[in-house]
Amino acid sequence: MTAVLRPHAEQQYSAELAALAAADDRPRPPGWKLSPWAVTTYILGDGKKITPKYIGSRRLIEVAVATLATDRALLLLGVPGTAKTWLSEHLAAAISGDSTLLVQGTAGTAEEAVRYGWNYARLLAEGPSRAALTPSPVMRAMSEGRIARIEELTRMPSDVQDALITVLSEKTLPIPELGEEVQAAKGFTVIATANDRDRGVNELSGALRRRFNTVVLPVPGTPEEEVEIVRRRVAQLGRALELPDPPSGLDEIRRVVTVFRELRQGMTADGRTKLKSPSGTLSTAEAISVVAGGIALATHFGDGVLRPADLAAGILGAVVQDPVSDRVVWQEYLEAVVRERADWRDFYRACRDV
Amino acid sequence: MSDLVLGVRHHGPGSARAVVRALTQYRPDVLLVEGPPEADELVGLAADAEMEPPVALLAHVAAEPARAAFWPFAVFSPEWQAIRYALRHGIPVRFCDLPAAYGLAEPEEDDPDTGRYDPLGTLARTAGYDDVERWWEDVVEHRGDSPFDAVAEAMAELRRGEPARGREARREAYMRRVLRRTRREGFERIAVACGAWHVPALRERPPVAEDDRLLRNLPKVKVATTWVPWTHGRLSVRSGYGAGVSSPGWYHHLFTAPDSPAERWLTEAAGVLREEGLQVSSAHVIEAVRLAGTLAALRDRPMPGLGELTEAVRAVLCDGEELPLDLVRRRLVVGERLGRVPASTPMVPLQRDLREELRRLRLRPAATAADLDLDLRKPLDLERSRLLHRLGLIGIGWGTLREAGGKGTFRERWTLLWRPELDVELIEASVLGTTIRGAATGKAAGVAAQPEATLADLTSVAESCLLADVQEALPQVVAAIGARAALDAEVTHLMAALPALARACRYGDVRGTSGEALRTVVDQLVVRICVGLPAAVGGLDDDAARELIRYVDLVHPAVSLLGAGRERWRATLLRVLGRRDLPGLIDGRLTRLLLDEGGMGHEDAGLRMALSVTVHEPARAAAWVEGFLSGGVVLLIHDESLLTLIDTWVAGLTPEAFVEVLPLLRRTFGAFEPTERRALGDRVRGTRAPGPEAEIDPARAAAAVRTVELILGRAHG
Repeated sequence: MTAVLRPHAEQQYSAELAALAAADDRPRPPGWKLSPWAVTTYILGDGKKITPKYIGSRRLIEVAVATLATDRALLLLGVPGTAKTWLSEHLAAAISGDSTLLVQGTAGTAEEAVRYGWNYARLLAEGPSRAALTPSPVMRAMSEGRIARIEELTRMPSDVQDALITVLSEKTLPIPELGEEVQAAKGFTVIATANDRDRGVNELSGALRRRFNTVVLPVPGTPEEEVEIVRRRVAQLGRALELPDPPSGLDEIRRVVTVFRELRQGMTADGRTKLKSPSGTLSTAEAISVVAGGIALATHFGDGVLRPADLAAGILGAVVQDPVSDRVVWQEYLEAVVRERADWRDFYRACRDV
Repeated sequence: MSDLVLGVRHHGPGSARAVVRALTQYRPDVLLVEGPPEADELVGLAADAEMEPPVALLAHVAAEPARAAFWPFAVFSPEWQAIRYALRHGIPVRFCDLPAAYGLAEPEEDDPDTGRYDPLGTLARTAGYDDVERWWEDVVEHRGDSPFDAVAEAMAELRRGEPARGREARREAYMRRVLRRTRREGFERIAVACGAWHVPALRERPPVAEDDRLLRNLPKVKVATTWVPWTHGRLSVRSGYGAGVSSPGWYHHLFTAPDSPAERWLTEAAGVLREEGLQVSSAHVIEAVRLAGTLAALRDRPMPGLGELTEAVRAVLCDGEELPLDLVRRRLVVGERLGRVPASTPMVPLQRDLREELRRLRLRPAATAADLDLDLRKPLDLERSRLLHRLGLIGIGWGTLREAGGKGTFRERWTLLWRPELDVELIEASVLGTTIRGAATGKAAGVAAQPEATLADLTSVAESCLLADVQEALPQVVAAIGARAALDAEVTHLMAALPALARACRYGDVRGTSGEALRTVVDQLVVRICVGLPAAVGGLDDDAARELIRYVDLVHPAVSLLGAGRERWRATLLRVLGRRDLPGLIDGRLTRLLLDEGGMGHEDAGLRMALSVTVHEPARAAAWVEGFLSGGVVLLIHDESLLTLIDTWVAGLTPEAFVEVLPLLRRTFGAFEPTERRALGDRVRGTRAPGPEAEIDPARAAAAVRTVELILGRAHG
């Protein structure tokens, strides 16, 4: 086991990727490491050796893979915590064998991150040359025919976003200083993710939007699906953090998922009681971290069994983002819903004690 | 020469194409189609230029039109295409199903075994497809060669060891009988278009005697058949009502598009989105076509189907949003349309009259809901309104009236939605009369003659008669109302009847219809209510009081609307207030009504409140307050003395009494707007004055007051 805290997808699942590549006899688009069918199988699993990476609609994954196979750019939209980044990493790993060509979009992302920068020492010493140029991940992806990933596209300033237009429509990146250009090799495309909660931050221009096919990732449809996602991810995280295998805390996981779903939807699972929704999104990702935190607590400070008390603080932290209004929401939920459920007594007490 | 038996999928566009191909190749000299033989004479109408699918053959029991069966056809129905082919080439067409005369005579038979109705669906599911049309497309449509042998083999396999039973056996026996008869007549190249399920039954040749035995002594009724317009949504319904084809628009497109269905479909989708002002360029369409194609390849399909195209529309044209996608789904995928039948179709006189009226009034039925705004001051709109009201009176629910007229308005808003069953209802209603107007009159007179019709039924009919302008029936209805009202001992019945009649009187003014007789009855009704009410209010429990208040609230505005009788009503209310055992709720409410209307002075109201809240009956006092304030709380905010009365009362309650009335008070005050409650709270706390009352300048206000009084109809000359 390497000492890396979180290996890249292509490293962690190298065995699965190799097995798929060996068995894959379907045609592969130029520059692809696997055929589109194999990529779909890699993401969704085959129920045997290939573990599912994304649990949800097959339809969405097929649209995403087909988009990339038509050398279009893919925009993954969704509220925070709907596995956008996760999916983009695995798609890049399966298609290009490399998920590291990554640009993180922030308000401070400069154009160099999308185009190229200069090694100024070299620039001064030798004048403008290819050697003095520092390529951006996008530029490298273009020359190598791989997939470039752009996280949080809408957080980038609009002018930086627009630098992508030429790249996506002409598939070329001019370098006027050298009178040259980098033309994209076959296999190049872009996967961008954006959060549709704060879509207004730097709304994509129509011109850029038109270069993307959009796939909206939903929050998990059914409680069972969500429990399964949380269970799998928690198990993976546990292995990475070398925690002992969690004792069968499935009931607790189910409870966390129920709490999150009910608050998110503003209604109890049986549809009888209306609830206020807190200001946070209460995504599946947060549920995963609550459960993982709970297991860590149980392992190091408790008796090794995941108990309500291990989860209560984590849930409170996830729900109460706004100290005033969310606390009211949580108190109401606790008193009106949790308290009334006979088999939730221990959970209620644990939450009261936090 | 063996016959050509074409096993089709009802309403499958792929099937339809294949049928035409097979017929062109085979060149039959006669065509048999699954359908009622009674309609043989009507089949020629299918070639009429005015005939526009979707349409259905309707067969109904002559004496009882509600017992009916339908055989619907769309342009993409294989049977329709086969019929059109035969008519085009001058080949005789016959229907070969069990005659409706037998079918309608036997009781409805439930057949829960869907495999029999949709055998191709069963095959598709077996092959792992969730959408039959998609399976058919993949294995049949995109193959090119004739699928019918393969289908027949598959059906034979499906039916092995499952002999036909009951009705199905009789139907197939009859089909064979028609086939034999046709052969005897000397036809040599016979083609049969029928549901795939029946193919094996038509290929085998059991002894004639066996079929005869099945068809002997069947019960029989007299039936009438005709063509009626149908809708896409109801296509898969063979008889009665039920769920329909989910994507008729797509099927229609598949059948009508000459080539490249995917490209055409996405272009049309782009057109729909553009119409709504969404920016969709040709580049978008190109990318969508590419995505759909790649998706189809990824899913191992020879061509993009509806599923792939929808994904492409969503991801490329709609930026992943569901809202515009819904639009495409509604306009294109469902693409609801209503068929048309030619004028020469057999129709009952009532249907013909409606057709005539619709042409005259320039109305056109449609299968999707459409709004119609009518301005009753225009003659054309008035006529339209009358027609719709007449249809409503007969019970033909084509139009629904939105925002019911109210107080003598000259506008009406209708929502129109034609359903195929309405034709059946028209045929049913034809016993009432031969014209729409006549039928409406007949219906109204019929209700008036029914001894069990309640007063409320009669009054609503009277109102409809005026709205529909069928005054011939009015005297009968009004007479019936008079008789019923005289005998009805229950004053609440009378009260429930009044509002509709009062409105009817008003309509009489607006619509230029006279209602002398009606007016007399209404006046009598008011008198009866005024006489009966005081006796009805005593000794009521809380629920009964609440119920009675509801009726008083109905009558009060109705009397104001009438004008006459107002004095008497006011006097009655005062008399009721004089009773000692009056429930608090009624007492409070009536006080308020009279106060608002000017029938009681401010001081008197204050006095009544003081009396009610000072008596040591907290529950009654709370009920009184509820009744009084159900007319709005603004009064309390602006009237210091009344507020003080209530405030003093609440403050003076003993703790036990307070607990007792708290729920009642909460209910009363909880119904008000938050802003009103806040204003009231401020008043009680004394923090804010209600407004600059002291600064009102009477001279300047006088003009506004005069105008308001004029509007309220209280001008003093």
